Amino acid sequence: MKAAERAVPSAAAPAAGVPAGQMPDRDNSARRVALSALGILAVLALWQAVMVVFKVPHYIAATPLEVVDALRAQPVILAINAWPTIVETIGGFVVGNVIAVVIAIGFVHNRTFQHTVYPLAVTVRTLPIVAISPILVLLLGSGYAPKIAIAALITFFPTLVNMVDGLNAVDPQAQELMHVLSATKWEVFRYLRWTTSLPYLFSALRIASTASLLGAIVAEWIGSNRGLGYLILAATYDYRTPLLYATMAVASALALALFGLISVLEGYFVPWRRTGGAAG
Amino acid sequence: MVDAPAIELGDVGMSFVLPDGVLEVLRGITLTVRQGEFVSLLGPSGCGKSTLLRVIADILPPTRGRAAVLGASPAEARRTRALGMVFQQPVLLPWLSAEENVGLPLRIGNWGARHRPAGTPDALLRLVGLEGFNHARPAQLSGGMQQRVAIARALVSDPKVLLMDEPFGALDAITRDRLNEELLRIWTQVRRTVVFVTHSIAEAVYLSMRVVVMSPRPARIRRIVEIDLPYPRQPRMKDTPEFTRFSAELRAALEEAS
Repeated sequence: MKAAERAVPSAAAPAAGVPAGQMPDRDNSARRVALSALGILAVLALWQAVMVVFKVPHYIAATPLEVVDALRAQPVILAINAWPTIVETIGGFVVGNVIAVVIAIGFVHNRTFQHTVYPLAVTVRTLPIVAISPILVLLLGSGYAPKIAIAALITFFPTLVNMVDGLNAVDPQAQELMHVLSATKWEVFRYLRWTTSLPYLFSALRIASTASLLGAIVAEWIGSNRGLGYLILAATYDYRTPLLYATMAVASALALALFGLISVLEGYFVPWRRTGGAAG
Repeated sequence: MVDAPAIELGDVGMSFVLPDGVLEVLRGITLTVRQGEFVSLLGPSGCGKSTLLRVIADILPPTRGRAAVLGASPAEARRTRALGMVFQQPVLLPWLSAEENVGLPLRIGNWGARHRPAGTPDALLRLVGLEGFNHARPAQLSGGMQQRVAIARALVSDPKVLLMDEPFGALDAITRDRLNEELLRIWTQVRRTVVFVTHSIAEAVYLSMRVVVMSPRPARIRRIVEIDLPYPRQPRMKDTPEFTRFSAELRAALEEAS
């Protein structure tokens, strides 16, 4: 009688299908990687062909092969300038997200705090980052500090918004359950809210990972003599277009690496989400 | 108070203030549930049965009247874990295994270390017929199995009173029948007071010693029907004339109520 009950729903539930279900999934992801690699290669080939056929001058645009040459010819200059940008990006990412998460937790537990600070946060967000940057450089000098501040500023807002939503996304019946169990605010947070918010947090962190690099590069444009942002400006002024493109390739690789790292961490910390969201 | 009734409701009324007026949900509910009794609250959807259950569980304070659980206030009963609650949805935490979900009430307030639980989470899982599923995540369990986990979780801190809010309402008819039998088996084993909210006449007759028929909103008690069928109840009882007679009586009371 019990066996019968299990047999009926297990056809619909993923229970029995979990180990078997991974096989097509793995095939799918291999296929996806192959397809996206194919897409990138096709675009690069087309790009190279257009450049050669239309005889585009080198100072206007570089061919993919010239970019590869630049990457190989100037690894030291790229590495020297990548390092400060990495420091600023990760520094800004950590600072911005930690502040956002702490403030979001404060919001959920104190409405007055939320009603005072949330509009302020939204207002700060509406100020153009390019306009704030020189002010921060004036205030914080020309070292790492203003760049980290700008990268933090740019990552702060999406994480704050997502985290507030995530901490409030608790099922009302689960809150009733916690109430019936006489759970304290801290226990509700620890056992329910925090974990409920993790999928939202990781969505925000993925946005923040690329935004943070963007913030660091923009900050370097304002006042810096090193970093990928500086190298982009310098290469542009000197018409060293292949170097400019190589710099962009390095920046893009950095963003992808950070994005990938966040995705790996998400798989580790939010494993229950994969079953539901793998297809999407 | 050992001899106090499990639940005593005196003229309980409940109104919600909404933007466009006051919504009266409960009116003049007076009811006594003895210890060890299995009582169903039967009424049309949205009549306020669940609200009444939430008054007993100290989730909502009544706007009128008084409620007592085992002679104490519902808040006191909640703090001493005299109450266990099973919701319409299983409300399992998706990141915890079945066993961890059952053990959650023991972790909250460090209850497990300070009191004697009804059993280990493992033992409770066996009681609800889920041996071997200790490490399964909720997403890997069917709806019926998830609700079994929820029942085990409600029982783990050894409550005197079990409140069930249409626990099988979201399940298919076959699973629902099976879980009704399981619930009766568990009930005869643990002998707790059960207050069971349902809108199924057959379910109410099959499970209960008494059925409280409620009117549409604002919910009042229309009639209380003693279901004079012996326990243990068997599925084939559902085809007996007595069973049909009780069903007809409840149906008549419901129609009169509407």
